[in-house]
Amino acid sequence: MKRYQSQIHRCFRCGYCKFPTDYSAYNCPAYSRFRFDTYSTGGRLWLIYAWLKGEVPWSEHLAEILYTCTTCKNCVEQCPMKFAPEIVDWIIEARSDMVEQGKIPARVKRFLESVYNYGNPLKKTAAERLPWTKGLKKYKEGTQYLLFLGCLASYEEATREMVENCVKALDEAGVSYGTLGDDETCCGNEVYAMGEMELSKQLAEKNISKFKELGVKSVITLCPHGYNIMKNQYQNMGYPFEVLHYSQVLAKHADEIARKVEGEVKGKKVTYHDPCYLGRHNKLYETPRKAIAAHNGFELVEMPRNRRDAFCCGGGSGNFINDYLAGSKDSPARIRVREAAETGAGILAVACPGCLIMLKEAVKTENLEDRLQVMDLATVIAKSK
Amino acid sequence: MIDIYNELTSIVDKDFVSNKPEELYIYGRDPGLMPAHEPEYVVMPSTVEEVQAIVRLANREKIAIVPKGGGLSLTGLVIPQKGGILLDMKKMDRIIEINEKGSYALIEGGTTHGALKSHLLKNYPHLRHSIPDSPPIATVVANAVIHGQGRLTQQRGFNSDMVCGLEVVLPTGEVCKIGTSAVSDYWFSKGAPLPDLSSLFFGWCGTTGIITKMAVKLYPCKKLRDVMLFLTDRAELVPDIMLKLGRTEMIEDLVVTAQPIPLRYAGNYYILFYITGDSEEELEYKRKYCWHTLWEYFEKRDGGFVSLVPEMKAPLLSMPSKDTTRFADVSKGGGFEYSGPIAPIEKYAVYVKKLEELAVKYNLYYSSAARMIDGGHSMMFSFSYTFNRADAQTMKRAKQALDEAAEYALDNGGVMWKPNLDEQKITIRKMDPNTLELMTRIKKLLDPNGIMNPGNWEVL
Repeated sequence: MKRYQSQIHRCFRCGYCKFPTDYSAYNCPAYSRFRFDTYSTGGRLWLIYAWLKGEVPWSEHLAEILYTCTTCKNCVEQCPMKFAPEIVDWIIEARSDMVEQGKIPARVKRFLESVYNYGNPLKKTAAERLPWTKGLKKYKEGTQYLLFLGCLASYEEATREMVENCVKALDEAGVSYGTLGDDETCCGNEVYAMGEMELSKQLAEKNISKFKELGVKSVITLCPHGYNIMKNQYQNMGYPFEVLHYSQVLAKHADEIARKVEGEVKGKKVTYHDPCYLGRHNKLYETPRKAIAAHNGFELVEMPRNRRDAFCCGGGSGNFINDYLAGSKDSPARIRVREAAETGAGILAVACPGCLIMLKEAVKTENLEDRLQVMDLATVIAKSK
Repeated sequence: MIDIYNELTSIVDKDFVSNKPEELYIYGRDPGLMPAHEPEYVVMPSTVEEVQAIVRLANREKIAIVPKGGGLSLTGLVIPQKGGILLDMKKMDRIIEINEKGSYALIEGGTTHGALKSHLLKNYPHLRHSIPDSPPIATVVANAVIHGQGRLTQQRGFNSDMVCGLEVVLPTGEVCKIGTSAVSDYWFSKGAPLPDLSSLFFGWCGTTGIITKMAVKLYPCKKLRDVMLFLTDRAELVPDIMLKLGRTEMIEDLVVTAQPIPLRYAGNYYILFYITGDSEEELEYKRKYCWHTLWEYFEKRDGGFVSLVPEMKAPLLSMPSKDTTRFADVSKGGGFEYSGPIAPIEKYAVYVKKLEELAVKYNLYYSSAARMIDGGHSMMFSFSYTFNRADAQTMKRAKQALDEAAEYALDNGGVMWKPNLDEQKITIRKMDPNTLELMTRIKKLLDPNGIMNPGNWEVL
């Protein structure tokens, strides 16, 4: 019996999971989007329990309710009960039961099949890696860091500046790095969150085997999702190595890459959006802020919901592709860019390729392009030149 | 045959109408012990016009409507006993106006206590409302509808007493203003100097209309707050201690707790009371005054103050208190319910004895919180028992204990607060027949088709 099956009845459905610490808004992305209690964490846990008891049969709708959870962990932060740290694990375990029974919604099925067949959720072959990633140095033994790009940075054009500027910052920092090139495969974080444990394990083993073969000691990830699974799961698979998110490297080498702001971001206010897998999942709140605060010439302003209370962009748990939360003015990414614009910031800084894609799109939909630019941390720094 | 679903989606955005089993399941039950019964549709209106259109449809088709806020009464008051349309009001959540000089907030029917608290703290930190200890998703309207209590109840009465105006969609679909807003642009009184019609909507469990707007009174929010704890092992002294403290007119809130674990709690009654001030000097004066007020009990060795370190004070001072919710999982079962009579405070000792007796009889974990109301005119005494959702036997035993507690309370001067259907039946049985007849006439007059939350307050 999986642990969630013996524990899930303990949710009282009190609703604290819907809020941030100050109750100023709804902070569960799926609940904010759909507003039926079924889409809150409490509703979801009660439905899972009902499904286990046979009181609610499986349906596409039930499964979609489960997969609209972005695993952002706002509920974990806010739930007053002792079992709070386990809540998202319970949802993932319930998804894994659905996966084992072959009862998953169509979009999730497509995502997982694509990862299984192509090694990424975008149905791209290694040959289709974006040109600017192909030109990057390959990792070889003795290189200081393996730069793990992740699927979005390898195949989504919207991340171009992020990749290019990150590489530039690493060069300026004077660190040596290399990529796996065509040998890089999906990190497995989203696959795990979607409940496909076996596939996630296979992906991890494949990547670890490559790390071993090349003697990798330290990995820099562009994506907080990759950072998360490498830090919290790969480490327990018999090949310990250092994992850093690129924001940590930017912060560590701020002096080397420091510059006075003279470029297009000069004088602008910057607000930073905490990615869930860097923030709530791994408690890295200050490091990314330090990475940009080290550069004089722009002002860092906070959105009302920040750090442990940050509002998820809606892209977690594969939703940057499956996009179950899209299609409304209440879609989380759209709410988030409106919140960012209200701070008066001209730049919304992010540290995750998923957030970058989701929020860039939302800025267009909300017609905020004249007021707000979405950039990753490395790009903010680069454009300050 | 008319397709109600399609009719509803012609009124409300289809994203906010559901007849799917998952929504019907969740909206057909609450965290308490009353049996589930599912609606046929769940709808989330955004405007008063949408509410009106839904009510007219329900009248035409003779189908039930149940308006719902946070759904946290625990006594099944929004379980749709006759199916029909469940109206989740939480999309109507605008804070329309804070009238600073008039000291009231005008809000929509689905505004949560959490949202109002947060709004005031951010924009009007010198003002506050009476926030209950239910979780922040509880709506201000639904809490007032059940005569809820909050952190200002000791000073100001029930939360329904702090209402100063309503906008209601009547069961026949008309929109009606209640209070001064019926004749003025201001919402400063729910009744006086006019006939007070507001009581047609409080305590009726949503059977007389749907409140779409409400004005609630705001009170000064002092800069400093502190909590004091007096402990006694003699339950019979508790009412006098409560009264003495209340009559100082210096305390904000007073709650007496009783629970068996941790072991040091067993057999003791914890009298928690709160004081406020705009300066440390004011606070210190109140501390000393309260200390002197209870000195006689200390001298007789009947009780004493407990020193609270900051770590202990923080959760007690938080509003709402998450500790109230945590009680649901003390036995790792995810459930608790309480029977909550409003009663004379002189009944404290006999109630607490019954609470403990029933816990032994039904082998349950218990807790009680007794809040003083309006300076001591009454108290809300909770007979609270936990249960395990995965164990039907504990659920059955908890329900039996609660039923017995309700019978006992009603036989001993209490009147049930937010009564479940079983408690409503007992209340009706004991009620003055002319009062019952008046209630029945009013209900029929307002709701000729009996569509509003049917099953509640019905003469069986």
